[in-house]
Amino acid sequence: MKITFDWLKDHLSVSAKEEKLLEKLTDIGLEVESVENLSEGLDLFKVAKILKTEKHPNADRLKVCDVDVGEKEIKKVVCGAPNAREGLITVYAPPGAVIPKNKTKLVIAKIRDVTSYGMLCSESELNLSEESDGITELSSSKYNNSIGKSFFTQSSSNLIDLSITPNRPDCLGVRGIARDLAAAGFGKLKQIKEQKIKSKKSQTVKVKITDEKNQGCFSFGSCLVTNVKNTESPKWLKDKLISIGQKPISAIVDITNYVMIDINRPLHAYDADKIQKGIIVRNSKSGEEFTALDNKNYKLKDDMCVISDDKGVLGLGGIIGGTRSGTEIDTQNVLIESAYFDPRSIRKTAKELNIDTDAKFRFERGIDQLSIEEGLNKAAFLIKEICGGEISKINIQKISTFKNQIIKFDPSSFEKVTGFKILTKDMLKILDNLGFKCKKDKKIFKLTIPSWRPDITQEIDVVEELVRIVGYDKIKIEEPIKERKKSTLTQIQKLFHFLQRSIASKGYLEAITWSFTDAKYNDHFKGQNDELKIVNPISSELGVLRNSIFSNLIMYMSKNIDRGFKDLSIFEIGPTFFGKQPGEQNIVVCGLSAGKKSRLSWLEKERNVDVFDIKKDVVQTLVEAGYDAEKFFIDDETPDYYHPGKSGRLFLNRGKESVAAYFGEIHPNIIKQIDMKTVSLVGFEIFLDNLKLPKKSLKDQKTKYSVSDYQKSERDFAFIVDKKIKVQDLINVVSNVDKNLISNIKVFDVYEGDNIPENQKSIAISVTIQSQEKTLKEADLDQINKSIIETVENKTGAKIRS
Amino acid sequence: MSDIKNIRDQFLSKLKNELSLDEINSIKTELFGKNGQISSLFKTVGSIPESDRKTFAADLNKIKDELQSLISEKIKEIETKEVNQKLEKEKVDITLPGRPFVRGKIHPVSQTIDEISSIFSEIGFSVEEGPDVENEYNNFTALNTPDNHPARDMHDTFYLDENKEVLLRTHTSPVQIRTMLKDKPPFKIIAPGRTYRSDSDQTHAPMFHQVEGLHIDKNINMGHLKGCLNYFIKEFFEVEKIKMRFRPSHFPFTEPSAEVDIGYEIKDGKIVIGEGDQWLEILGCGMVHPNVLKNVKVDPAKYQGYAFGIGIDRLAMLKYGINDLRAFFDCDYRWLNHFGFDPLDVPTNYRGLSR
Repeated sequence: MKITFDWLKDHLSVSAKEEKLLEKLTDIGLEVESVENLSEGLDLFKVAKILKTEKHPNADRLKVCDVDVGEKEIKKVVCGAPNAREGLITVYAPPGAVIPKNKTKLVIAKIRDVTSYGMLCSESELNLSEESDGITELSSSKYNNSIGKSFFTQSSSNLIDLSITPNRPDCLGVRGIARDLAAAGFGKLKQIKEQKIKSKKSQTVKVKITDEKNQGCFSFGSCLVTNVKNTESPKWLKDKLISIGQKPISAIVDITNYVMIDINRPLHAYDADKIQKGIIVRNSKSGEEFTALDNKNYKLKDDMCVISDDKGVLGLGGIIGGTRSGTEIDTQNVLIESAYFDPRSIRKTAKELNIDTDAKFRFERGIDQLSIEEGLNKAAFLIKEICGGEISKINIQKISTFKNQIIKFDPSSFEKVTGFKILTKDMLKILDNLGFKCKKDKKIFKLTIPSWRPDITQEIDVVEELVRIVGYDKIKIEEPIKERKKSTLTQIQKLFHFLQRSIASKGYLEAITWSFTDAKYNDHFKGQNDELKIVNPISSELGVLRNSIFSNLIMYMSKNIDRGFKDLSIFEIGPTFFGKQPGEQNIVVCGLSAGKKSRLSWLEKERNVDVFDIKKDVVQTLVEAGYDAEKFFIDDETPDYYHPGKSGRLFLNRGKESVAAYFGEIHPNIIKQIDMKTVSLVGFEIFLDNLKLPKKSLKDQKTKYSVSDYQKSERDFAFIVDKKIKVQDLINVVSNVDKNLISNIKVFDVYEGDNIPENQKSIAISVTIQSQEKTLKEADLDQINKSIIETVENKTGAKIRS
Repeated sequence: MSDIKNIRDQFLSKLKNELSLDEINSIKTELFGKNGQISSLFKTVGSIPESDRKTFAADLNKIKDELQSLISEKIKEIETKEVNQKLEKEKVDITLPGRPFVRGKIHPVSQTIDEISSIFSEIGFSVEEGPDVENEYNNFTALNTPDNHPARDMHDTFYLDENKEVLLRTHTSPVQIRTMLKDKPPFKIIAPGRTYRSDSDQTHAPMFHQVEGLHIDKNINMGHLKGCLNYFIKEFFEVEKIKMRFRPSHFPFTEPSAEVDIGYEIKDGKIVIGEGDQWLEILGCGMVHPNVLKNVKVDPAKYQGYAFGIGIDRLAMLKYGINDLRAFFDCDYRWLNHFGFDPLDVPTNYRGLSR
C-alpha cells in the first residue's frame, strides 16, 4: 500500500514530522517497506518552447529543434516526435535528468552525428499518461509565461510503501491507516461530513442479483450519472495519483481509483449506454467468454460471479471489468458500481483464471460491507464536479443483510496474554478510537465490531488490537528458567549427531544439498523406487525428490573435480524419499571419496582410494557409535549403482534384519555417463533408521572390568580353500572353536597363483590364544591348534598348508 | 699392602688412557677374572696373619670398589659415546613434511543447529522433528490458514500432486501440529529442519532451514516469549547486550503476532550485532492462535503459549559473516572448507558455543 504523508493529512490533524510517522507506523504493525522521494530531480524538467525545427541531415524521421529553456543559450535537441513543431510549448529534460518512466539518466549524445543536448519528453515518459505518440503539448495560454520554470510542482511528501498484512483490509485505504495512527496517539482523525445524494431522478439501469447457490455477490449498489463530459482530471487529482506512483488516465477512471485508495472502496464505472437491458449479477456457465480490460480473453468455468447484461458477460465481479462496457473519453452516461463480493468466491475465481488486480486484492481480504453508499456518494459528486451531469438516486440490490458482529470481551484476558496491565479506561479509549462500540456488562465488554474489520471475530483479536496500539515495547521481559525436565535429544537424534561428526572426523567435508534433484542423475540411483515428481518444480533440473543422496553428491563431486580438486571426500546426512506420503522418507548418511591416497608424497607410494578404505570408514564409524564389529555380517548383494564385484552390504547381525550400510566402488558405467574425471570413486550409505539403537546407555555399556594377565600365544595358520569361501566365514569357524581361548584373529595374507591349485586360494591367519584363568601349557596349545585345523578342514573343505 | 697399592696405582694409570671397550674388558678380566690380580689377592686373605688380616681385607675391598666403579664408569662413557655416534648418523631433515592428513568439516548450518539446540536445551526445550513431505492440512489448514486465506499466497509451495494435497513443507510449523496431536500439554519444543519454497534468487533458495519453537503451558504469556527470544539471541551471538525490537505483524497461526528485529551496525565492512541503529528482521513469533490449539485438541481456556520461527541459514550468515545464501548448498569444496567447522568443535553449554 503506497501513501504519502500529505494524503494522510486529508484524514489526520497532526503536526509531527515524517520521521515520527514512519516510526509510529512500524510500531503499530503497519510495516514501512520503503520510503522514496519521487520528486527528487524532477525540478530539472523545464517548461520549454520550440523556436525552430529543421530536418535532421542524416535521418528522415528526426528533427533538430532549437529550444528556448529560459536560459540565454538556445539548446539544440534532436527529436523524433511528429508533433515537434515551431511554437510548441513542451517539457524539456536536460542532460543529467532521470526519465521517470524508464529511470534512464540522460547524457549529451550524438544522434547520427548531430549532438543533442537533452530531450523533449512525451507524457508517457513523464508518467503523466499512456500517451507516447508525441511529445507533451502544453497549452500556450497557460504556460507561455512559464518558459524555463520547473514543470513539476515540488512535493515535499515522500512516497511511503507499507507492507499491509492480509488481516488488515481496512488499511488498504488511507483513512484506515489514519484511524490506526490516531488511535495510537499520532494526531487526531478528522471527521469528514459525508455528502449524501438527494436526487429525485431514479437510477434507470435495472440491476438484479440472482439468488442462486454459491452466489458471490451479496449486494450491488449503483448510481447513474447522466450527461457527463469525461475529461482529463484536474491537477489536484492528477497530483494525488502521481504522488503515490499511479498514472492518471481520465477523470472517471481517476475518480474511482481515488475513492478506492482513499477509503478502500473499490468501484467500477460502466458506460451505461453499452449495457443491454440492465445488469444481471449471476454465476457463469462453463464456456462463457469475455475480453477484460487487460485486453485478455478469458474463458470462464461454472459458478464464477459475473456481471452480465442481455448480451453476455460484462465483467468478473470484484476482479476485472470488460472492454465492452468500459468508459471512454466520449462516454456520456456513467453507471457507478459499488458492490460487495464474497472473499472466497473472489479468491477461487482469480486463482482459477490467474488474474491479479487491485480490486481482487482488496475484495479477497474483505471490504467494508457498509461502505457501498459512501463510495457512491463520493464518486458521484466528484464526477458531477469534474465532468458535470446529473446524479440519480442510489439503487441497492442485495440478497443478504449485513449485521455487525458482536463479541464478548473479558478485559482480564489482556493481562493473561500479554503479561502486563492497562487501565480499563485506556482500553475503552483505544477501542473507541478504532471504531468499536462498547457496552459494559458487569466486568465483560460487549463489543460491536466495526464493519471494516472482518478480521476481528474473537477475544484474542481484541487483545491483539489493544497490545498493538499500546505498544509491544510495554511487554515486560520474563527471564527464562534454566530447568530441564526432559532430555533435549532422543536416542536416534543423538545417533544422528554422532554419525555426522564421526564421518566428518574421517576427513569428509559435510555438504548440504537440495532434497530434490535432477531426474537424469536420480535415475542412476533410484534402484527399485518410483520417481517422485514435483508438480511445480523450480526448474527441470530440480524436478524430482531424491531417492538417494548420491544423485546430488556425485554431481557436486564432479563439479569440484572440474574445479581442479582431485582427492576429495564429501558426505551429507539427510532425507531420501521412497514415496510421496508424509513419512515415506529415510535418514541416510551418504559419502563419496574420490582420487588417490598419498598423492605426491615423499614418504609413501600413491594408490587409488579403494573399497577397503571406504569399508574402514563405515565399520569404524559404526564401531565408534557403539556397535560390535564382531557381530557384523557382510555380503555382496548391493544395488546396481555399485561395482558388482567391489561392493558390500553390511548388517549389524548375522540375522540379516535390515541393511545397515552399503559401501563400495561406484559403478564405472555411471562415472563414465556423467563424465566424471577421476581415477577412483568409492561411496557408502548408512541407513540411520535401520540401525537398531544400542539398548544400553554409555554407563550401562561399561560392564565389570576384567582382563587377563596370563600369557598369550600367537599361532599362524595357512589354509588352502576353495575360491568361493569367504574370509568372513573362515574367521567365524575359527573363532567358534573356542570362544573363551581365542581372543583375536588376524588375516595377514591372501594368495592365489603359483603353487596353489586353480579355483583355490591360500588364506593365512594369525590366531591369538589366551586364557582368562591360567597360563596355557604347550599341551593345551597343541590341543587347540589341532582343533582349529580339524574344524576348519571339516567345515570348509580347506586343507592346512604345510 | 704394598702389593695392593701397586696394583691400584698401576691400574689407575692404565685406566686413564683412551681405551676401547675391548681393552677395558680385558683390564676387567685382568683384575677380577678367575685368576685376576684382585681375585687372587682375595684368595690369600686366609693366609694373612690374624693381626693384619682385618686391615688387609678392608684395604683390598676398598681398592676393589674403587677400580670396579671406575671401570663401569669408563664402560658407560664409551657406550654413550658409541650411541651418540650412531644417532648422529641417523639424523633426518626434520623439516620434511609429516604423513599427510585430511580434515573433515561440519557444515555451518549443522553447526548452527547444534548451537541453537544447545542454547534452548539450557532452558528446557527438547528437539522434535517432522517429515519434509507434509499434507496440506498440517502445513496450512490446522495452522489456521484455510484454503481461501490470502496468507497462503505468501508461501510459494512445491506440490507433489495435482490436487495440492501433499507438498514440501513451507515452514517447520507443522511439527507443532504433529507434536501437539501426539502428546499432552505442556509442550516445550524446538524443531529444526529443512523447509521449501519455490523461490530462487540471491537471497532466496528453494530449500532453506528453519527452527520452530513452541512453549505451551498454563500461564505462558508474551513476557515469556520476549524473555526466551532475548535470551536466545544474546546467547547465540555471544554478546552481552542485544538491541531487540518486537513489531506487530500477522501470521494466521499466532495472535498477537510479532516480527523481531535486532540492532546492528557495519564496522569495517563486517556486521556487528547488538549495536548501532540499523534494524534487521530475524524472526517471526506470537502467541499460538486459539484456533490452532482447538485443531489439536488442546483447550485454549486452560493452555496458552507462544511459538516462533527462525531462519537458521540467516542466523548462520549473520554470525559467521557469510554473504551468499546460495553458496550454502553449492557444495564448493573451497567454501565448505572455509566456512566449515572442525568435527571436534561440538557446541556445548559448559564449554561454550565456540572456541
